[in-house]
Amino acid sequence: MIYLELFLTFFIIGIFNFGGGYSMMSLIHNEIVVNHQWISHQEFTDIVAISQMTPGPIGINSATYVGYMATGNVFGAAVASLAVILPSFIIVLTICKLIEKFRQSTWLANLMKDIRPVVAGMIGAAAVLLMNGENFIDWKSCLLFAAAFIAGKFFKVNPIITIIAGGLTGFLLYYPL
Amino acid sequence: MKNTYIDLFLIFAKIGAFTIGGGYAMIPLIEAELVNRKKWINKEEFADIIAISQSAPGLIAVNVSIFLGYRLKGVKGSITATLGSVLPSFLIILAIAMLFKDYSENPAINAMFKGIRPVVVALIAVPAVNMLKTFDLNYLSIIIVIVTILLISVAGISPVYVILAAIAVSVAHSVALTAKKRKRQ
Repeated sequence: MIYLELFLTFFIIGIFNFGGGYSMMSLIHNEIVVNHQWISHQEFTDIVAISQMTPGPIGINSATYVGYMATGNVFGAAVASLAVILPSFIIVLTICKLIEKFRQSTWLANLMKDIRPVVAGMIGAAAVLLMNGENFIDWKSCLLFAAAFIAGKFFKVNPIITIIAGGLTGFLLYYPL
Repeated sequence: MKNTYIDLFLIFAKIGAFTIGGGYAMIPLIEAELVNRKKWINKEEFADIIAISQSAPGLIAVNVSIFLGYRLKGVKGSITATLGSVLPSFLIILAIAMLFKDYSENPAINAMFKGIRPVVVALIAVPAVNMLKTFDLNYLSIIIVIVTILLISVAGISPVYVILAAIAVSVAHSVALTAKKRKRQ
């Protein structure tokens, strides 16, 4: 039952999403590329690019995309997208009801602080996982990576501009004329 | 305070449609719409909501919608706001997925994505490096970062287990801190 599988997978992704978009990428990758093989490494990287250029968080964007690709219909996309936001719903509404207790909770404050190195590691792992032969096809890929890294890290270039520049360069380098 | 569900839905749809590049991009937009223009909540309330949405697990954009919707119109309001904020990106990605099914063999698009893929990996590597600034760098934290990377990318362990382990260690840490405090008193 593909719909149930989609629902459960994206529900789990929604529960374990600490630290926002990038940190959930290694989790999404693990579930949809490695475990379920709904999409390939390449497609996963493409979704990340598309997600950066379109509105909405990567968690929901990847759910919509994978839901559609795995089932070929809109219902699959809706199931996956709702599943990924449902845990947030339950958690945040609980917090709303217990707001005073939540504010005073040193345990949760500690958790959010303690987990930061793990979140950094999870984002790093997503980058390492995507450094593979499918995304890096030749030495030109390595140069593109280095240029984009320097642009983002030291010149704070907007990711959308970096992706557009990557697309234009890719067209010039690889389009068979 | 005059606000209907349709109003709430439309405002969050507008915010959702213009939040490109992750949840944090939506914060100034929400502030402009709900605090300055509509005056549905004041600045202090807004700051509170952002702080709590950031410290709760989940997508920050979704958390803020749920929270604000609840503050304004209860559970129904939170559902309305969340569906509003998610709908634009849902429709856009759906359209792209439909197009992709037909155009994946197009040589021009293929060539562009060959250039985009290494760039995207760099875009993920940058926030990973930037995250290192959000905590004290010492032997322990550096080891945690490296072990997390190795467990997930080399050993192929699911991030779910890594997070569960981190939660367990943090709870033990909190218990130890509380015990220490009690001893002192």
